[in-house]
Amino acid sequence: MPEQQVKFFQTGSFAVGNRLLDPEQRSVQARMERSNSLTCGHRACQGCGEALGARFALDAAMRATDGNLIAANATGCLEVFSTPYPESSWQLPWIHSLFGNAPAVASGVAAALRAKGRTDVRVVGQAGDGGTVDIGFACLSGMFERGDDVLFICYDNEAYMNTGVQRSAATPPAARTANTKPLGDQPGNVFGQGKNVPLIALAHELPYVATATVAELRDLEAKVERAMDFHGPRYIHIFVPCPLGWGSASRDTVRIARLVKETGLFPVFEAEHGEVVGVSKIRRRVPVEEYLKLQRRYAHLFRPRRRDDVIARLQAIADRNVERFGLLTDPDQAAAMPGEATDLAGLEAGADEPPERAAEETNLMRLLSETHGSPR
Amino acid sequence: MLEQIEGSAAVARTVARCRPEVVAAYPISPQTHIVEGLSDLVRTGELEPCEYMMVESEFAAMSACIGASAAGARAYTATASQGLLYMAEALFNASGLGFPIVMTLANRAIGAPINIWNDHSDSMSQRDSGWIQLYAETNQEAVDLHLQAFKLAERVSLPVMVCMDGFILTHAYEEVDLPAQEQVDEFLPTYEPRQVLDPAEPVTIGAMVGPEAFSEVKYLMHAKQMQALDEIPSIASEFSDRFGRDSGGLVRPYRTDDAETIVVALGSVLGTIEDVVDELRAGGARIGALGVKCFRPYPLDEVREALGGAERVVVIEKAFAVGAGGIVGQNVRLALSGLPPRVHDVVAGLGGRPITRQSLLGLFDDVLADRLEPRQLHFLDLNRELVERELERMQKGRRPGPHAENILRDLGVVAAGSH
Repeated sequence: MPEQQVKFFQTGSFAVGNRLLDPEQRSVQARMERSNSLTCGHRACQGCGEALGARFALDAAMRATDGNLIAANATGCLEVFSTPYPESSWQLPWIHSLFGNAPAVASGVAAALRAKGRTDVRVVGQAGDGGTVDIGFACLSGMFERGDDVLFICYDNEAYMNTGVQRSAATPPAARTANTKPLGDQPGNVFGQGKNVPLIALAHELPYVATATVAELRDLEAKVERAMDFHGPRYIHIFVPCPLGWGSASRDTVRIARLVKETGLFPVFEAEHGEVVGVSKIRRRVPVEEYLKLQRRYAHLFRPRRRDDVIARLQAIADRNVERFGLLTDPDQAAAMPGEATDLAGLEAGADEPPERAAEETNLMRLLSETHGSPR
Repeated sequence: MLEQIEGSAAVARTVARCRPEVVAAYPISPQTHIVEGLSDLVRTGELEPCEYMMVESEFAAMSACIGASAAGARAYTATASQGLLYMAEALFNASGLGFPIVMTLANRAIGAPINIWNDHSDSMSQRDSGWIQLYAETNQEAVDLHLQAFKLAERVSLPVMVCMDGFILTHAYEEVDLPAQEQVDEFLPTYEPRQVLDPAEPVTIGAMVGPEAFSEVKYLMHAKQMQALDEIPSIASEFSDRFGRDSGGLVRPYRTDDAETIVVALGSVLGTIEDVVDELRAGGARIGALGVKCFRPYPLDEVREALGGAERVVVIEKAFAVGAGGIVGQNVRLALSGLPPRVHDVVAGLGGRPITRQSLLGLFDDVLADRLEPRQLHFLDLNRELVERELERMQKGRRPGPHAENILRDLGVVAAGSH
């Protein structure tokens, strides 16, 4: 049989096709015995980053615990799309109580298991950014402080998507949401202090804290599995694009998640007991503009007139992250930022989004512009 | 065994003998001594296995109880006043999901103005939260109701609130017969959850329900409360057989057989009311009292039966619906619809104001002489002069300042300012 050399599109990462790998190196998702914790049939939108992230995270946690896992979920998209009456997509014991209490419910489950001597069963709490950084924050802080044996996962899509895309404390500056519209001279969401929960978790010196994106799913799986090696409070913050809320094409979810890391806007790192032990280096640095352009929530920065002032401030945030977290392997990388990433998305560097791309928007995206007004 | 003991300590020790596996609590007066007692018992290992969770809020306390109960543990908490309001969202969730959590409520007023003393505005504000509400008259009854509460909660799979008057009961030292561990174990079986988070048999708890079945799920909550109307007397009767004393039940009539006037109340004030009834009876008045022991589910038939033959009913209540009237009174009227008794609503004992025998005697004299207008909300011992003065200030100026400060200044509690 003639030999065919396989070329991996990406090198130096875990993003290679699973079935080309040795079985032991395959991802959890590529294994026959994957648990499908969040199984098919749910009602997530096309290209939902949260559904992707939750599926990978929970299956990895299920693998790490040999299926002895209980999940406590906050109110939000993940809860709503997974349990439309009379169906449930959850194939693990799962409870949803309220929007703001998932960490406390998870802590209660963990306490009960401890009282019952069920040390074999582990607990995951999960919420979107609203349920984590805003309404659930007090409960999360209590869970951290008490040292409860819970892995808490935040699926961060940077706004309240379930209620119609309103701003949360995790919404980035300049982003358009339903209540941070670029009206008048305002560039969308304010440039505020922000609330960086991964760093807050780090300051608690938790046994394990990590950030991840749905672009590097092997990395996400590895982090969840690593988190389950520890006991006590652990925190993973996953960047999950939302095509509906961000006005991005469903097919660009993974691309956008890759770009957010490659720009430096979302540093991907992991920390143990308060010390950063690993950083995902930027492989091919790109200017933030390449990331912004794929999302209509930033369209007002480019049309009707370019807001170079605002783009520069966003670039400064990325630059600070790059420096602070040491995101570059080679400092010379900082000099050249060719926008190859969006070239790969079929866009010319520096060019406007072509009209046919907008036409590719899903029905849900059309619904968004109908309900929340034109981004122009 | 009989002991001279503080109400809170008695409750703490009794709850411990009910073997809760998770206790989650946040401090608020006057509940603190109860959970401090439980914390001690967990630390010394007397209550074991049990996880005592020091949570960061009442909202987290109830949420942790929800998680613990869902994982199959017997869960307990205690709170009061603002704490109950802060957990309000989780209260409805616990009852909606059907978790048999037991909570002691050390009844206390709700601000503003902030006030730590006893009344029933906290429990009454949550009367429609889907929780069963039992009201203790004495510390002995508070102890006994906790035993019954766990049994009841787990039998109907609904949460139960045991309401005991803050300070008046929680901080009072009196003789209490504490049930022994063996007696409790015989009375209260091991908790067998109706639904449990178990990896061996995964279930989804708390799924979304739309218009197609929401009414049915809510109806089931109501059906379980109606079922509790049968369970409560049955559990009280079983308790009485085992422990040789009467505690709990739905209602407790006192000298109502031939009564023309019946006084209705909840909680510790019943003792004072019964003393006054005795005194008036001695003078020839045909008066009695009805203690409502269980306010949710509302024992409509029992109230109707107990009050239906009277001429007048006086409801003494430690809370009211601002802008509407009495709360218990409205429920009493519902039970009496179509029957002759006139119902008088009297608000008393707000924010810890003592309800004295003298005031009650004056009130009942007015009632017996038909001097009390039935369609009006009455306030026992209301200082009308104080109220009139503040109303006048409001009429006079655009900016009279805070009510509480003005009234305290009138009373001489706050030093006179330059207002």
